[in-house]
Amino acid sequence: MFSFIARRLGLLIPTFFGVTLLTFSLIRMIPGDPVEVMMGERRVDPQMHAEALHRLGLDKPLYQQYFDYLSNLAHGNLGESLITRDNVWHEFTTLFPATLELALCAMIFATVLGLLAGVIAALRRGSLFDHGVMGISLTGFSMPIFWWGLILIMFFSVQLGWTPVSGRIDLLYDIEPKTGFMLIDSLLSDEEGAFMDALHHLILPSIVLGTIPLAVIARMTRSAMLEVLREDYVRTAKAKGLSPARVVFIHALRNALIPVLTVLGLQVGSLLAGAVLTETIFSWPGVGKWLIDAISRRDYPVVQNGILLIATLVIVVNFVVDILYGFANPRIRHQR
Amino acid sequence: MSLLEIQNLNVRFGGKDAIPVVEGLDLTIDQGEVLAIVGESGSGKSVTMMSVMGLIEAPGEVTANRLNFAGQDLLKLKGRARRQLIGKDLSMVFQDPMTALNPSYTVGYQIEEVIHQHLGLRGREARQRALQLLERVEIPGAASRLSAYPHQLSGGMSQRVAIAMAIAAEPKLLIADEPTTALDVTIQAQIMDLLLNLQRDEGMALILITHDLAVVAETAQRVCVMYAGQAVETGVVPDIFQAPKHPYTEALLAAIPEHSLGERLSTLPGIVPGRYDRPKGCLLSPRCPYAQPRCLERPALEPYTHNGISGSVRCFFPRNLNPEQWPEVLPESQRPSHLPGEAHGRA
Amino acid sequence: MERTLPQGAQVEDQVILYPSPYKEFWKAFSHNKGAVGGLLFMTIIVVCALFAPWVAPHDPSEQFRDFLLTPPSWLEGGTTQFLLGTDELGRDLLSRLIHGARLSLMIGLASVICSLIPGILLGLIAGFSPTRAGPFIMRLMDIMLALPSLLLAVAIVAILGPGLSNTVIAIAIVSLPSYVRLTRAAVMGEVNRDYVTAARLAGAGPLRLMFVTVLPNCMAPLIVQATLSFSSAILDAAALGFLGLGVQPPTPEWGTMLASARDYIERAWWVVTLPGLTILLSVLAINLMGDGLRDALDPRLKVQS
Repeated sequence: MFSFIARRLGLLIPTFFGVTLLTFSLIRMIPGDPVEVMMGERRVDPQMHAEALHRLGLDKPLYQQYFDYLSNLAHGNLGESLITRDNVWHEFTTLFPATLELALCAMIFATVLGLLAGVIAALRRGSLFDHGVMGISLTGFSMPIFWWGLILIMFFSVQLGWTPVSGRIDLLYDIEPKTGFMLIDSLLSDEEGAFMDALHHLILPSIVLGTIPLAVIARMTRSAMLEVLREDYVRTAKAKGLSPARVVFIHALRNALIPVLTVLGLQVGSLLAGAVLTETIFSWPGVGKWLIDAISRRDYPVVQNGILLIATLVIVVNFVVDILYGFANPRIRHQR
Repeated sequence: MSLLEIQNLNVRFGGKDAIPVVEGLDLTIDQGEVLAIVGESGSGKSVTMMSVMGLIEAPGEVTANRLNFAGQDLLKLKGRARRQLIGKDLSMVFQDPMTALNPSYTVGYQIEEVIHQHLGLRGREARQRALQLLERVEIPGAASRLSAYPHQLSGGMSQRVAIAMAIAAEPKLLIADEPTTALDVTIQAQIMDLLLNLQRDEGMALILITHDLAVVAETAQRVCVMYAGQAVETGVVPDIFQAPKHPYTEALLAAIPEHSLGERLSTLPGIVPGRYDRPKGCLLSPRCPYAQPRCLERPALEPYTHNGISGSVRCFFPRNLNPEQWPEVLPESQRPSHLPGEAHGRA
Repeated sequence: MERTLPQGAQVEDQVILYPSPYKEFWKAFSHNKGAVGGLLFMTIIVVCALFAPWVAPHDPSEQFRDFLLTPPSWLEGGTTQFLLGTDELGRDLLSRLIHGARLSLMIGLASVICSLIPGILLGLIAGFSPTRAGPFIMRLMDIMLALPSLLLAVAIVAILGPGLSNTVIAIAIVSLPSYVRLTRAAVMGEVNRDYVTAARLAGAGPLRLMFVTVLPNCMAPLIVQATLSFSSAILDAAALGFLGLGVQPPTPEWGTMLASARDYIERAWWVVTLPGLTILLSVLAINLMGDGLRDALDPRLKVQS
């Protein structure tokens, strides 16, 4: 098991350096003069221009600049926002819990519903339910989620008035951010009804963000279950006289989970991409909205290192999923 | 009373009009008996046993006049009642041990599962019993194997584990579906010996599905020969080897290397009829060297007693029985399969 | 033996007419009703896109100042002049959607071509050079895959600036890794087959091996992937447009139309609903076709389902 983790870790490090190289060169690909772009003005005084170049370290050779960038990263210095003058790392850590809370809720929604629908569809293969699940999941998979969000807002918030339109919690409540997770913070606070209000705010964004993972998980679960149900060991389990529930959930689903888990891991990346859209629609104060705002404000340090942080996050999550995958599948765990 | 009684068993996949995979099968086995079922691949041996185990699922359909096990009507037992029987009194070992065990669970877990389900033991007691079972099936280092995963075991070892699972609840009848086919030749004899020892020691009945007649000669007391979903002959060992009654049995025996010293092995021409080319009459007739015009009708499985030995055969002109009644063997061109206008499939 | 055979029983299968592969493909494809439905819908969209100036009832950017936010014709207050109503500037929605189809299909097609060709090339190189160039290329692709596709596209557009051609470039770069991986996997599967060895022994050079011997046998998954990335290109382009990073207004792009419609969510459902519905239906249609293509092209998958 240890060598398995070590090998995966060995793959992780070059990938991380590759991403730093990418974000490093990203900034240098901006058309136009970097100082002018950074300062947001044209025809800077030549002297000031040279000073700015020097201050930004842009007069050094390229490889030197890259090493400076890496050493800054190693020291935890991710630069500061051109607009707010706030530390990028600080901004990220302040906003990230909101994204994480939303992503977790979306994933729970997608996984629970997707596994259930997939398993039932596989067991009732060819039935109306099966066709329904397949049709809905293909539609979900094709869904432009930014539009889906608008439609849900239009129906549930504007027409029916059941759910709030945007934000994490009503402005009436003043919640002290302890953990950064609104659900937990609102429980910890003494404000009555705050938790329910936070939950209400989460429903629509979670559904929107969870739609595509839900479709993917349902489809994947169904096909994995169909495959596994044909396996000899499922027949063995039945021949033992075990209950159908045991055969399906303990013997079949356990093995069907292995490919589903892989897909789930791959969904984390697109979940973050979806978070960008979802947060924009629902004015959700997370890292996705932060990034888009930074782009529109041409706040390049935030764009550069925000992307780096999100990419690192995806790499780490994929690593964790790989390890989990090893736990779920003994054949991989024992590979040498 | 027999332990297992099957009368007129039919198994179909897909609707009433579908051609049966098993057709009109009669079979009995007594307590402590070893019965071999012999036939080519696709002859319905496994399907027959799967239907006894209740493992045939929709669109498969099992019908029978009688399907009794230890006095209970298996067709009437549904759901929980049936599950209490299978895996306990009635258990099965499958062909490919490498895929028959669940790759995600340890050997110990999979054996203890049966112990818990049918004997109600848990925890240490169950573990103790699982250990005994592994020792019973002669697995070296049994204690350490309990925590092994199936992929860490060899084929022979996996089959021993599968056997341990099958005998965990002391079954009255063990069905072994080609238990050695997927194994190395050197391991085959060991597994066979193990099965027979267990059968003798536990006093259970054993149904052995195989296409290896040499194994049958050494192990079984009775044999049922199947061809294209039908039982064509049942009889006792060694009579069936010395005097086969059905032309198909005769052909099978002639194909054993030990039986044809130095000669070229004889084979039947053609292949087993599939779903779409089933002959109208006797299913063997297109391939049978003794076929007569009458073979365009379908023969029934008829019991006989000959020199004090009884058996049954599905043939109008059985071999080694009343040779005076045999008609003359026809030249190939006059056999029914080549007669014009008959709806025979291509052989 | 021939002589004794009666006349009626002539051997039937002397001449076997193998159906042409296209016919066989169509038979398998048309068996899938969803795929045929998708094909029909896409045909309509493609025809509309090709003949947009003639099909569309109005100029997409013509503003009818007297008809701001007119509802669709079947609703109260709608007129047959504007079948699907008008937007906040009084432009005909139907005409804009039809012209938008042109743009979406063009973005999809262009980005698929721009990523398919380099993707296949890199994949072939990686597959044929498993020790040297291969790992390097694959590592590079892993890095690109570490960034969620839309986010990478956003980053690229953020650098290059918004616009039509940058949208195409961003989406092409984003979908490159999947082609490389797919081609490489298919090549690795084929390259040790006997027919490749035979060609090698017959003296085929590396280029011939790559393009003539191996590549045609790897096309099935690539065609399916191309279909699927066509649909995700349309989605991503719309998403970029929605975020204000794609095609800029007043160009009638579906995503951009949605972005400007957000403010009218309470007053005019049609300006919000219709562009998104068009995106959804087009993407769904392409994905249905992709499913059908996969079933028809890949016999292995066909047996499974």
